[in-house]
Amino acid sequence: MKVSLFITCLTDLYAPTVGMAVVKTLEHFGCQVDFPADQTCCGQPAFNNGYPEHARTLAQRMIEVFKKADYIVTPSGSCCAMIRDHYPHLFADDEVHQPEALEFVGRTYEFIEFLTKILKVDLTPYRLPEPVDFTYHYTCHLRGLEMTGDPCIGLLRQIGNCRFVPLEKAEQCCGFGGTFATKYPDISGAIVRDKVQCGNRTRAQVMIVNDGGCAMNIGGAGHRYGSTFAVRHAAEIIATALEGGKDNARR
Amino acid sequence: MPVAEPHKKVAPPRLALPVFVPDFMASASAQSANESLHTALDNSVTKKDYSRRTMLAALPDADALRALAGNIKRHTLDHLDYYLELLEKNVVAHGGQVHFAADSQQANDLVIAIARRTSSHLIVKSKSMVSEEMELNHALEAAGLEVVETDLGEFILQVDQSHPSHLVMPVIHMRAMEIGKVFAAHFKVPYTDDPPTLAEMARVYLRNRFNEADMGISGVNFAIAETGSVCLCTNEGNGRMCTTRPRIHVAIMGMEKVIPAMEDLPVFLKLLARSASGQTLTQYTNIITGPKRPDEHDGPEEFHLIIMDNGRSRILAGDYRDTLRCIRCGACLNACPIYRKVGGHTYGSIYPGPIGALITPLFNGLAKHKHLPHASSLCGACYEACPVKINIPEMLILMRRDQVRTGITSRAERWIFDLWTWGLRHRWSYRWGQVVQRLVLRRFPAKDQWIAKLPGPVAGWTRVRDFPRPPRHDFRYLWKEHQAAKQATHGRGATP
Ligand code: SF4
Repeated sequence: MKVSLFITCLTDLYAPTVGMAVVKTLEHFGCQVDFPADQTCCGQPAFNNGYPEHARTLAQRMIEVFKKADYIVTPSGSCCAMIRDHYPHLFADDEVHQPEALEFVGRTYEFIEFLTKILKVDLTPYRLPEPVDFTYHYTCHLRGLEMTGDPCIGLLRQIGNCRFVPLEKAEQCCGFGGTFATKYPDISGAIVRDKVQCGNRTRAQVMIVNDGGCAMNIGGAGHRYGSTFAVRHAAEIIATALEGGKDNARR
Repeated sequence: MPVAEPHKKVAPPRLALPVFVPDFMASASAQSANESLHTALDNSVTKKDYSRRTMLAALPDADALRALAGNIKRHTLDHLDYYLELLEKNVVAHGGQVHFAADSQQANDLVIAIARRTSSHLIVKSKSMVSEEMELNHALEAAGLEVVETDLGEFILQVDQSHPSHLVMPVIHMRAMEIGKVFAAHFKVPYTDDPPTLAEMARVYLRNRFNEADMGISGVNFAIAETGSVCLCTNEGNGRMCTTRPRIHVAIMGMEKVIPAMEDLPVFLKLLARSASGQTLTQYTNIITGPKRPDEHDGPEEFHLIIMDNGRSRILAGDYRDTLRCIRCGACLNACPIYRKVGGHTYGSIYPGPIGALITPLFNGLAKHKHLPHASSLCGACYEACPVKINIPEMLILMRRDQVRTGITSRAERWIFDLWTWGLRHRWSYRWGQVVQRLVLRRFPAKDQWIAKLPGPVAGWTRVRDFPRPPRHDFRYLWKEHQAAKQATHGRGATP
């Protein structure tokens, strides 16, 4: 299966190891991963701030760059939701580009979604070297993907040594919201402090956050106010478990 | 159809919605630091949000019900003139009177005219958001009439001379201690903060006022066109007292409150109480059709229905028609992370929370409330909660677009987005941007790879949290390394 990775600009610069974890996981399950180097941004910031024409320009570029891909997989829920929820509308009155856009949308998946819906992976044969308690922040844009927290939690729970601890107000936004975080820092700060406190109360060592922006936000607040957990993308946990190979299987 | 009294003096142009807190940013900053408010709101609205989820999850197919409710509202709004005429016809057929008010001033004048004609002096009121929109109490008092709010929350606000901060729980911002102080001063009794004692005080006082009142004013949750009935949902029973005890009953509604038929009502009743308060049904659900009949003992002699526009037909004609589906259940407020941190007053008008952030600018103009559509993380919790499926985040984005198009957004910001988009249209400029970002950011002092203070556009970010220091190598670099390593193991040409 040929899979093209859409890394997203934040992950490219700030969390490259998440990208590598995605690559390793996909390759482990037999995907032929490629990385179209021409990719830039899906246009989400422009769209959300009220510049649909700008977003459209970038959307068209995305579609062009990933033209040859069978599947497009991205580790960021919000970028995937941008494509899924808004690309169809961006090309709604454009008969020329709309079919292409819809077809592109149909090939695009969020990482966990791809693992569970397309690859239907089974992680039960794998385990982490050390026991880890993890909690899970339900990133908001998964709402748009009609995917509750469960697929990711369920997937991680298959891994040996990986124990789930529920998070209070898990579905409450972390306060990132793109430019919102810098335009309204006081509100955003109050919301993310709440998230850090809820995370600390779980006593988990890891909080799973499957979105680049939210991870920067919760991680940054965690460092500022003192968190007892590390922020990780699910791909990082999965890749670590896979590294051990099946030989490491529990029981 | 009776018309409003002509105005005596030329009034200054007024806003469709009164504005109580003019400075959004100052209020937002203050409330964001107010941790006791956050705790109070978590104990009330966040809890209500969870009871809503539980209640809806227990319905066989809540999502289909919400879709149905949304579609009924959409259909009604698409044929609003037809249903309003049908409503008028049927109210009149049952002996009621219908008045149309173009704006809140006309609506106030209508109420005053009815009071004068019927020699009404004391007016009791049940909770109604549209009357808040009209600042009805002020208008009635200015006309020399006495008006008493009878919903406990609204009564407290009237005594305290303050404003509601939630659509269904108006005094959510006050603690029992504060209410105790207000009552002690008002009733001239010793201070207590015991909620049942406070409620009893209000109850005894209000009982007498119900008996003495000439006129009762209520809002309308749903007006049923087919039967000419109005439906009122309350939890305290005061609505029933207001609409049956006095001689005159005046019901006031925004023109979007009409629904086609009685068979549509249960759809909304099922959703309203569950969404608002996690109840299966409100304690009192009254369906009122016209005044007292000749053979009946109870009920008012006259029934008036005031249908107010106040900017709604303008909203109806534009891109934001869906906002008129709102049944004012407050679920979007309870679900909203922003509301949970800033409370209701920060939004400035009587309509707070996500729906308020949309309709306040629609009523008063986009330039007047330019922060409201932006002060949202677009998380979508409101859309998920809304029983009539108003896509609030999508419309907030639309409103941001309209701000850009009408020049309300600063020239600097528009220029930044032009430049940003241009930069992302080319691989080289994207790469260049990333490299510059990394070089610049890596010059700032960092602790454990986190930067504590940054200037310029990201200063806001580091005011409340740290910023990640970009690692030495980006993904592209790691990818190349990975490819090279694979080639080395598999031999040349093994990877495409
Ligand atoms: S927008 Fe929806 S959720 Fe919010 S108050 Fe109106 S009906 Fe309720």
